[in-house]
Amino acid sequence: MVLDAKVPGGPLAQKWDRHRFELKLVSPANKRKFTIIVVGTGLAGGSAAATLAELGYNVKSFCIQDSPRRAHSIAAQGGINAAKNYPNDGDSIWRLFYDTIKGGDFRAREANVYRLAQVSNLIIDHCTAQGIPFAREYGGLLANRSFGGAQVSRTFYARGQTGQQLLLGAYSAMMRQVTAGKIRVFPRREMLDLVLVNGHAKGIITRNLITGELERHAADAVVLATGGYANVYFLSTNAMSSNVTATYRAYKRGAFFANPCFTQIHPTCIPVHGTYQSKLTLMSESLRNDGRVWVPKKPGDKRPPNEIPEEERDYYLERKYPSFGNLVPRDVASRNAKAQCDQGKGVGETGLAVYLDFADAIKRDGREVIERKYGNLFAMYQKITGEDPYQTPMKIYPAVHYTMGGLWVDYNLMSTIDGLFVIGEANFSDHGANRLGASALMQGLADGYFILPYTIGDYLAGYLGEKVSTDHSSFKEVEKEVREKTDRLLAIGGKRTVDDFHRQLGLIMWDYCGMSRTNEGLEKARRMVRELRAEFWENALVPGNDRDLNQSLERAGRVADFLEFAELMIVDALARQESCGGHFNEAYQTEDNEALRDDENFCHVAAWQYKGVDQEPELHKEPLVFENVKLTQRSYK
Amino acid sequence: MTKTINLTLKVWRQKSPKDKGHFETYHARNISTDMSFLEMLDVINEQLTLDGREPIAFDHDCREGICGMCGAVVNGRPHGPEKETTLCQLHMRHFKDGDVLAIEPWRARAFKVVKDLVMDRTPLDEIMQAGGYISVNAGSAPDANTIPVPAETAELAMDAAQCIGCGACVAACPNASAMLFVGAKVSHLALLPQGRPEAARRAIRMIREMDNLGFGNCSNETECEAECPKGISITNIARLNREFFKASFFASEK
Ligand SMILES: Cc1cc2nc3c(=O)[nH]c(=O)nc-3n(C[C@H](O)[C@H](O)[C@H](O)COP(=O)(O)OP(=O)(O)OC[C@H]3O[C@@H](n4cnc5c(N)ncnc54)[C@H](O)[C@@H]3O)c2cc1C
Ligand code: SF4
Ligand code: FES
Repeated sequence: MVLDAKVPGGPLAQKWDRHRFELKLVSPANKRKFTIIVVGTGLAGGSAAATLAELGYNVKSFCIQDSPRRAHSIAAQGGINAAKNYPNDGDSIWRLFYDTIKGGDFRAREANVYRLAQVSNLIIDHCTAQGIPFAREYGGLLANRSFGGAQVSRTFYARGQTGQQLLLGAYSAMMRQVTAGKIRVFPRREMLDLVLVNGHAKGIITRNLITGELERHAADAVVLATGGYANVYFLSTNAMSSNVTATYRAYKRGAFFANPCFTQIHPTCIPVHGTYQSKLTLMSESLRNDGRVWVPKKPGDKRPPNEIPEEERDYYLERKYPSFGNLVPRDVASRNAKAQCDQGKGVGETGLAVYLDFADAIKRDGREVIERKYGNLFAMYQKITGEDPYQTPMKIYPAVHYTMGGLWVDYNLMSTIDGLFVIGEANFSDHGANRLGASALMQGLADGYFILPYTIGDYLAGYLGEKVSTDHSSFKEVEKEVREKTDRLLAIGGKRTVDDFHRQLGLIMWDYCGMSRTNEGLEKARRMVRELRAEFWENALVPGNDRDLNQSLERAGRVADFLEFAELMIVDALARQESCGGHFNEAYQTEDNEALRDDENFCHVAAWQYKGVDQEPELHKEPLVFENVKLTQRSYK
Repeated sequence: MTKTINLTLKVWRQKSPKDKGHFETYHARNISTDMSFLEMLDVINEQLTLDGREPIAFDHDCREGICGMCGAVVNGRPHGPEKETTLCQLHMRHFKDGDVLAIEPWRARAFKVVKDLVMDRTPLDEIMQAGGYISVNAGSAPDANTIPVPAETAELAMDAAQCIGCGACVAACPNASAMLFVGAKVSHLALLPQGRPEAARRAIRMIREMDNLGFGNCSNETECEAECPKGISITNIARLNREFFKASFFASEK
């Protein structure tokens, strides 16, 4: 199968305009006749559901939480990028495009990234009109801050709660459409499978998490906005219910999974502290605007930080990358932290941490200014660690944070299954091998507010008058398969809890398919994952039944999918014999230990097709063609 | 350094909304004081599972104090004893060895218990549906900087906008009123110029819906403010009242 990305012709800057003109439209009277399922209510799903409803479509919206307002996007802290150039510091659509594609280590599609930069400004306008209380300058105009991987200030923010405010904006827009009768919300529902009718996505099977009932939902198209799969590592900064189930099951039904090994390790998280720990907490990257990263020069120096004199500290990011300093991209900052700790210079009880120090910023700007910028983050840090970052430097360490890989989509955001659209973190499209800070919120909202609402019409226009109902035999069959899988999980009756398996899987993935990878390690991990998966199906212990709220059963289903999906990540990592962005294979590095790409052989998207459990998936390559930027070795010196 | 403590937990167990429910006692041993409250419950649940018993159902997701999904009443206090702290951000270092903790769901007429500590808070969504938004369609907005907003106003709006919709204020209120929640939303939008056109209608509709859903009235007990994990101030209720009265007197919307 040839992957056709359907990138429109013409000069880069005109592609999207031209494409919008060429897309088929659905008349307002006809929009009413279509029903669209949107799974997920994060920034991507929430904005899509609201906008589709505003246009007149009927929307059925699903989420795992008890309210759409609680989707994982709520936790995003730092901000959202846009090419407004309000600070007059040289930003432009082109620069945002270039920074994003370079930050992604040239493994994303030019046309998509350019479009993202183009619509970024519309997002800020719309969100401001919705009443998002973005930070303001004293003159009343919008304020900006800088983020990693950029030398301009283009990040809009609402204190350290940007994701919360943007999500509440999308959620409020959804609630307005609920009242208008255009959206029906189905909270506490988990999509457990996708239903195809004659090769087209026409519905889903969900489990009602309160009653346990399996439900069938039919529609004219299905949109997945189900977020990323970072929880394959067990410990990550993602919300507890973030999972791969929806996208993985779509993969099993024929949607290709692209670049699953591209995962992002965020440099500034609170270090791991105990085996009981359930998740990791991010300290926003925006802290690197004012915080300075350092370790003691001497390995094994156990003195408290304030007793280590200035000349015995190594501000290694400022030293190695004088022009970007503490604001190098995430992958670079993370690998450097690990390298320092590997040399025995790590701090704290475990030696797996580096300092992020605000003493100079407080001296320069005063405590009040720092408190206004980061007060809630400092408070959160203190709550978790019991230490006061105004007095003593924060201890931070990298943690799994985001997944660039996801279901393959074309320029219209449609997967390889007709009628199945994928938006937000769940798709693979815009961040290449590494995502820059503040660009996930931008992408989720770009997809949902300004791209999908156009492109989905082009698909639907061809199917006016066709109706599917949940009586179709496909629904019955898929529902039966889902039921059998649930029964199997409940029948294992083993001795190990699901969390215990998940934790072990996470360790395998962190050790061998995490921040840095080797071919031997990956081979070993693949065997370990297979063994663990086999053991899971013999020895997992899932209490309770399926006719009730059963959180253990929910987790069991997700972990079962992670156990299969983890192998796909490893297969992908093994196939990509180069280093790029977040994928760092130790065999491929420059003299300065930076990722060494192989553009000759790997300048492509790796899209995988499912062939059965324990079968090799089939690799399809979408070549990446760069007509407008020159591929360079990333340098942040 | 890591310290451990032992606790006795009396946890509300209720099979379904119809079940009467009861407290069950569990012993939490060797709990690290670095654990969060929910991690402590995870440990109990792992043990219950291994013992062949049903784990305690409780809601949670972000575990960072922002999604508003978690929440239980601990010894009579929603989200436990620490000020401005959600249950997921409450750490065991705030408890002493030998403490006895009663853990139960929010008690409020408008919220049904679904199972154990899990409650149905969809009435809060219904209040939002009544008017908790600015009516603007995607694509129609002017450039964001055409409407300047004084920094102090934006900060005040943000103070109100921080509400996580957890419902602790309702649980804390002797009348089970949702006035702090509604006050926060109405204030956030009414403070901003973008929210003014609909301010009257919003206040009236949201309050009316709150009444319809079985939430109680506000009688200035201020317990809500004391228990709110986000420090939402009751000045927001005063602002809501002002909007409401202004609207009832002057607006066509009744
Ligand atoms: C702590 C943290 C801070 C961050 N800060 C920033 C930042 O400052 N700037 C930035 O740009 N990005 C940031 N990110 C990244 C960004 O938040 C996410 O990438 C983005 O919010 C993802 O949005 P989404 O809509 O794609 O998915 P999500 O918000 O993850 O939403 C997924 C939705 O899908 C639903 N769902 C999932 N599976 C199923 C299923 N099987 N059935 C039914 N429903 C399902 C969930 O219930 C949820 O509603 C941060 C991420 C983290 C973890
Ligand atoms: S006002 Fe406070 S207590 Fe009430 S819902 Fe909002 S955050 Fe929770
Ligand atoms: S789990 Fe999200 S606020 Fe506690």
